[in-house]
Amino acid sequence: MATQHPPVSDWGSDFDHTDPQWVADPYPIWDELRSTCPVAHSDRYGGTWLPLRHEDVSAVAYDTEHFTSRSVVVSEVRPGPNDLPAPIGLAPPITSDPPFHALARRLLLPAFSPKRIKAFEPFTRELCVELLDATAGQTEFDAAMAYAQHIPLRVIVRMLGFPQEDADLFRRFIRMVLEDVDQPAEERQAVIQDGEVDDYMDARIAEHVAAPQDDLTTYLLEAELDGNKLAPDHVRGTMVLLMIAGIDTTWSAIGASLWHLAQNPADRRRLAAELTLMDTAVEEFLRAYAPVTMARLVAKDFEFHGRRLKEGDWLLLPFPAANRDPDVFPDADQVLIDRTENRHAAFGLGIHRCIGSNLARMELRVALEEWMKRYPDFELTDPEKVTWSAGQVRGPRSIPVRILQAN
Amino acid sequence: MHVHVDPEKCQGHNRCYALAPELFDVDGFGNAFELNDGLVPEGLEDKARRAAANCPEYAISISE
Repeated sequence: MATQHPPVSDWGSDFDHTDPQWVADPYPIWDELRSTCPVAHSDRYGGTWLPLRHEDVSAVAYDTEHFTSRSVVVSEVRPGPNDLPAPIGLAPPITSDPPFHALARRLLLPAFSPKRIKAFEPFTRELCVELLDATAGQTEFDAAMAYAQHIPLRVIVRMLGFPQEDADLFRRFIRMVLEDVDQPAEERQAVIQDGEVDDYMDARIAEHVAAPQDDLTTYLLEAELDGNKLAPDHVRGTMVLLMIAGIDTTWSAIGASLWHLAQNPADRRRLAAELTLMDTAVEEFLRAYAPVTMARLVAKDFEFHGRRLKEGDWLLLPFPAANRDPDVFPDADQVLIDRTENRHAAFGLGIHRCIGSNLARMELRVALEEWMKRYPDFELTDPEKVTWSAGQVRGPRSIPVRILQAN
Repeated sequence: MHVHVDPEKCQGHNRCYALAPELFDVDGFGNAFELNDGLVPEGLEDKARRAAANCPEYAISISE
């Protein structure tokens, strides 16, 4: 992806998470900084901090006094104290702090419990089979475009009770919010504020008010907070959050897992022969290729590892870097699909633990199970043609594969 | 052997419930709790250790 920014001169003092080198392969950068810094700073985006060690990433995740979640996506659009948090908009509970956070979160949690999510497994499996059927007879195709990207998108569209044919519309919204953070502030703000996303959501809300359904949209409209129905802005913000947080992320995890398997014949053969290894393999792919880096704003001036964090500074919270910390994970740089001790932080730590983690795990497991049953042997046609998303959600956006065995 | 989930630390990752449903359950909000007052039946000790070793929040303790 083209970047508007000058090349990074020094990773410890001038890092940029949209730099092509970071986008292509951030792990060596993180390993170097973790052993030298361990908290890096950059003047970019108006001032941004970056802890690298698991210990420091978790300390920030647990510290809701010195850090606020008012905005969780670092960009050139910097929210003022009284502004709605850019760019996701008011999206509780991810952009909420205590004490409101717990109320907004408690409202959503029942819809994402393991038992509720299990009910979506048959739909997910049928969807995967249908997508694989559509690739039948092709020896070469793009596993990200033909498979990975559709799965979380269509599952969340189904959960919200939106028409399946609107799936394409969401891909564009997501790219705008999450992947174009290095575009000029004015252009991005104009797209976000022209109301297209809000208009779409308002139309779906109106339909559900007129005719309630057994879906997440109606669930939100009927939910009560302190005895009152949710404000329309709250419902809409939460729906936008679920769409945005639920799609790009899991698409990235499915894609990165397939990318790994395409290049590692030993893991591929082992997994194809022993599908019971899937549970540890899924957790290991989540650890090694965790897609999501969160962000915080510094809530008040604060000294952290001898560095003076100032109110309003950004802080990137790289859970994927914490997952590669050798102090916590033996052989942290190796992917061991039978790793049995795995306290990875792919879904975050503390009160903002990804609310969709049960959904993401189910989708990832089902997507890999169905893929391995159909295509137990496959490889990349050309590793150079794999492209990665820029920004805080990292995953392969193009994975050209050649099928070596089809069932 | 006994297991215990610290409800202050548990954030609902649900790893223990996935790995050892004989020893843990989750409520409607996804918060985990130990079954049978935490008593680990004979033969399930490894499962208990494994559940504890996979909790991202270090919320599970084991006493023997």
